Amino acid sequence: MSTIEERVKKIIIEQLGVKEEEVKPEASFENDLGADSLDTVELVMALEEEFETEIPDEEAEKIRTVQAAIDYINKHSS
Amino acid sequence: MSSSLIGNLDGQIALVTGATRGIGKAIAEAFVAAGATVIGTATSENGAAAISAYLGDHGVGKTLDVTAEGAIDALIADVQNEFGKIDILVNNAGITRDNLLMRMKDDEWEQVINTNLTAVFKICKAVMRGMMKNRHGRIINIGSVVGTTGNPGQANYCAAKAGLIGFTKSLAKEIASRGVTVNAVAPGFIDTDMTKALTDDQRERIFDTIPAARLGKPEEIAAAVLFLASSGAAYVTGETIHVNGGMNMA
Repeated sequence: MSTIEERVKKIIIEQLGVKEEEVKPEASFENDLGADSLDTVELVMALEEEFETEIPDEEAEKIRTVQAAIDYINKHSS
Repeated sequence: MSSSLIGNLDGQIALVTGATRGIGKAIAEAFVAAGATVIGTATSENGAAAISAYLGDHGVGKTLDVTAEGAIDALIADVQNEFGKIDILVNNAGITRDNLLMRMKDDEWEQVINTNLTAVFKICKAVMRGMMKNRHGRIINIGSVVGTTGNPGQANYCAAKAGLIGFTKSLAKEIASRGVTVNAVAPGFIDTDMTKALTDDQRERIFDTIPAARLGKPEEIAAAVLFLASSGAAYVTGETIHVNGGMNMA
């Protein structure tokens, strides 16, 4: 079973079409990984599906980096 | 690979709302003839059964009251479970509650806006996720010539149909990069139950405004919808195709 961190990174790689080595913890989706606003919405939707959770809009807005995504899922998955 | 860029929908799944009769039925039949599997919706059980009957092995009728809480999401989930995906969505279901504005009740306004405009927003939202993931989708909204020209006694209907055009353009811009196109087809006067109710005198007056001097056929709307659903229309998005015998030229 993969860790949450691995699963989150895998989704980011798939959704944004980036290389594994680019997905550093501090990497920003929009500034470093070339995501546009629609990409980030799709990314959040993919995270919701993978972890069977619903991420409220106001929380989703704060998920701007790889680490922020990992932290959110760690905090909210049971 | 398909040999034809237009009119080949082999293997595609299409959802058509308001498919019991008239324009919706003609669209469903044109899609079936092009090789698609069609899910047609009706507001009643009887309507859904009638759709299942004419679709035969090529699809199924389902009930959908677009204004019922949760009904849209439930139907989309149901269709995606049963058929795996939705490639084509045609928002055709619509109602009229005509009245001069001086006499129009809040209720008449709200019913028309809810069914003809708000429901389109909800259905599009429900199917978008799948289409964006597949990097392929076709959304076709059925408007009306009166959304452009206006029509006395139909302020509610015209507002909804004009709103639909702005909605179509906005959504088209949002999701064009994902291979999903969003367009509208705006029929003029078409030979359906709605126009059968007109008197000879009314018909004659309408014909005076139509250069083609006749009503359109539902199949002539379906042909424009089929074009937009086809692979050959991949670069057409945010557009409204007017099919009205020349009565209004945008």
